Amino acid sequence: MSRPAAPLRAVAALASHELRLTARRGENVLVTIVIPAGVLVFFATIGTVPGIEGRPVDFLVPGSLALAVIASGLVSLGIITAFERSYGVLKRLGGAPLPGWGLVAAKGAAVLALELVQVAVLLAIAAAVLDWRPAAGTSIPLFAVALVGGTAVFAGLGLLLAGTLRAEATLALANGLFLVCLVVGGIVLPVDRLPAPVEAIARALPASALADLFRAALGNPTEILGPILVLASWGLGAAGLAVRAFRWE
Amino acid sequence: MTDEARPRSAAALALADVVKHYGSRTVLRGVSLQVHPGEIVALLGPNGAGKTTAVEILEGYRVADGGEVRVLGQDPRRGGGALKARVGLMLQGGGLDPRSTPADLVRLYARLHDGARNPGELLAAVGLAGVARTRVRRLSGGERQRLALALALVGEPEVLLLDEPTAGMDPEARRATRALIGDLRAGGRAILLTTHDLADVERLADRVAILDEGRIVVEGTPGDVAAGAEPRLRFRLARALEPQELGALAVALGAASAAATPVSEAGDGAGSYRVDGTPPGPDLVAALATWCAGAGIQIVELRAATATLEERYLELTGDRDVEAVA
Repeated sequence: MSRPAAPLRAVAALASHELRLTARRGENVLVTIVIPAGVLVFFATIGTVPGIEGRPVDFLVPGSLALAVIASGLVSLGIITAFERSYGVLKRLGGAPLPGWGLVAAKGAAVLALELVQVAVLLAIAAAVLDWRPAAGTSIPLFAVALVGGTAVFAGLGLLLAGTLRAEATLALANGLFLVCLVVGGIVLPVDRLPAPVEAIARALPASALADLFRAALGNPTEILGPILVLASWGLGAAGLAVRAFRWE
Repeated sequence: MTDEARPRSAAALALADVVKHYGSRTVLRGVSLQVHPGEIVALLGPNGAGKTTAVEILEGYRVADGGEVRVLGQDPRRGGGALKARVGLMLQGGGLDPRSTPADLVRLYARLHDGARNPGELLAAVGLAGVARTRVRRLSGGERQRLALALALVGEPEVLLLDEPTAGMDPEARRATRALIGDLRAGGRAILLTTHDLADVERLADRVAILDEGRIVVEGTPGDVAAGAEPRLRFRLARALEPQELGALAVALGAASAAATPVSEAGDGAGSYRVDGTPPGPDLVAALATWCAGAGIQIVELRAATATLEERYLELTGDRDVEAVA
């Protein structure tokens, strides 16, 4: 006869299991590490970003960090969870002695751990290859707010797709949204360069808000109240919907 | 301790008059069943009879619309992690991530328990030591079943809910798994298994309950349940009969007993027949043998003994599940 493991130990066990599986999947490494790094290096090497003052790399580093968070939360977590749901993995875990919040906590912890690796890789590439240095006004607390807030929003969206759609539909939609974020999310192109109606929509999307927060955290003079409000609204909306609509099987 | 959590029965698993609806469809119509420590009960029934729903209510995945459900004396919806640690589950399909390995999964589930079995020893006990680091998607169906069983056993549970535990296994794995489940009973576990494999029931179960259209239609030891069937003459011919031949046979058997009606037993393959409407008396056997001799058709097998569990099962469930038991 056994008893449930201490909750934090159980969550740590599940988070490390998730992280190990994520690292083993080639397509996850591609979408979470290789694509954001490739986008950063490619656009920085071209040498110009229309409509910005200063060096392109200072615009692109925060953009690629936002893209990395979107890749981990929305694409990787969403698709993995959708397939886990279709294989009955979530249902089986529901029968294990894990607290009700444990699964979400473990997935969140695994995504944050993956993002720390992404941040380290992207900043190392920026510094080593693109001669990027953090600006004087860099704020680590604001960087942490952007990372955690962005994770809450995009992991919430990923879980919302995974818990409501078929696995194949989640796969297609998550990849499609990733592409939309890349193009109109202020990642490689400032949103004020977009046609006016598209710009209005883009500003209301969490991708551009997250990219702006990373820009502010890395010392670029950017207004932060608007992005924080946009991100908070999306976070509450996605989490609320995911909790109500998520189906375990 | 609240009233909810106080044990009400010595049974480890208890359903009392449980009702469950899905929309306008009623899938359980007052099901009562108990499993005691040291006992294996098999829940048998055609697809759609309500077996999985009954098990899922015990697992706490579904809420009963009526009646009472107790697992180790507690409501499975309210027992939380402490109750889940005492219950081992084997789901249909396993719930296994195809990209994990047996070693990964058993270690993970072991770490969710305090006082779990040693993962390496457990993998050896279910015969998966040799494929511990093989991805689940490369395992055979039987190996996946054994892995799902290992996950059910990792927390040293007092109660086991096993959904089709030997499905997809080869005969050797099936034998080993039955032995393992038998040992668990000897260790005092209460085990409820659903199955389509009547050999599982005959070799393992202390009691069997047959569920059909949401009701338990019979419950007892496998021997008692089988003995309740009407004895019938059953025979297998060297080939299947043409419709006109079957008609001629009916006329020939009618001379021995007016109500005798030969019917095909599709579940046993071509050439298997049963004579309904009359007990298997000597006149009937003689009429059959005479007709076959005249038609030049060899009788491969002829049986007039008490029914087997399979025959009783088919009789009770109206032959609706012949494919699943074939």
